[in-house]
Amino acid sequence: MKNFLSFFGVGIFLGILFIKSEVASWFRIYEMFQFKSFHMYGIIGSAIAIGIITVKYLKHTQAKDFSGKNITIKPKEKGFTRYLAGGIIFGLGWALAGACPGPMFVLLGTMLPSILVLIIGALLGTFIYGVLKYKLPH
Amino acid sequence: MDLIYNTWPWYVAGPLITLTMFLLIKMGKKFGMSSNLRTMCSIGGAGKFVDFFKFDWKKNIWNLYVVAGVILGGFLALQFLSPTAPQISQDVVIKLQELGINSTNTSFLPTELFSLESMLTFKGFSILLIGGFLVGFGARYAGGCTSGHAISGLSNLQIPSLIAVIGFFIGGLVMVHLLFPLIF
Repeated sequence: MKNFLSFFGVGIFLGILFIKSEVASWFRIYEMFQFKSFHMYGIIGSAIAIGIITVKYLKHTQAKDFSGKNITIKPKEKGFTRYLAGGIIFGLGWALAGACPGPMFVLLGTMLPSILVLIIGALLGTFIYGVLKYKLPH
Repeated sequence: MDLIYNTWPWYVAGPLITLTMFLLIKMGKKFGMSSNLRTMCSIGGAGKFVDFFKFDWKKNIWNLYVVAGVILGGFLALQFLSPTAPQISQDVVIKLQELGINSTNTSFLPTELFSLESMLTFKGFSILLIGGFLVGFGARYAGGCTSGHAISGLSNLQIPSLIAVIGFFIGGLVMVHLLFPLIF
């Protein structure tokens, strides 16, 4: 129960953040790809800049997690094609739907049935990737 | 209270995203939202058909707790904490009018795409389904989304994540600048 509540709590915080920062708004994503506002770049850029320092600090101090275990951050597998091709496909969808996987769920809070279509599409896309995985260049 | 009701500026929102990543790392996990889509496919029984979904999804159940919170947080923020719609740059408002989207600055999402009316048209439904499909397919192919690659991956200086994020922008720019005029 404690386990559930702590992750659920982080989720509530993140959900409010996605809405109040407007990163879950289709309009903000469109504006970002039109280079007409600093808002999204500021958010992503500052998150990464502080993230780099945070991760360096965690590694440097060999920090432990809350349960006392060593923190290990797995590096991404090496590769090129999958990252570029997958990234481009993702970007096409991100701009069209105006939402990436986190914001997609937060938008259920609008109570619009159209968000369910978006999520069903994303589940379908994930499933089809699983089907085609070994046929795709990686 | 204005601080809560107004749009949170980038220099507040960005660091708070990092804080979320930090908390999840300290809780022994990582910040990545698209893995949930795979977990949900597995729970739905996709493992019976495709090996990719045959894994011990119970280990990932924590991430679904996060999603449950995200849904509630979004509901609370949209219903009670957001009296005004996002205010978008004036140039963009005009560009969107040219595409036939006039709900800018009055709604959190364009009603031309997300209203029930639009969803029930063939074109509206296709845009939503295809948009979602590309996000789900692309995220798994690339092994991560905005949270997993752009935030977690780049924070850890991962070259694969940099390639993926460049891909995100190529795809997004092609969609908005080349394909939108054809779609709308």
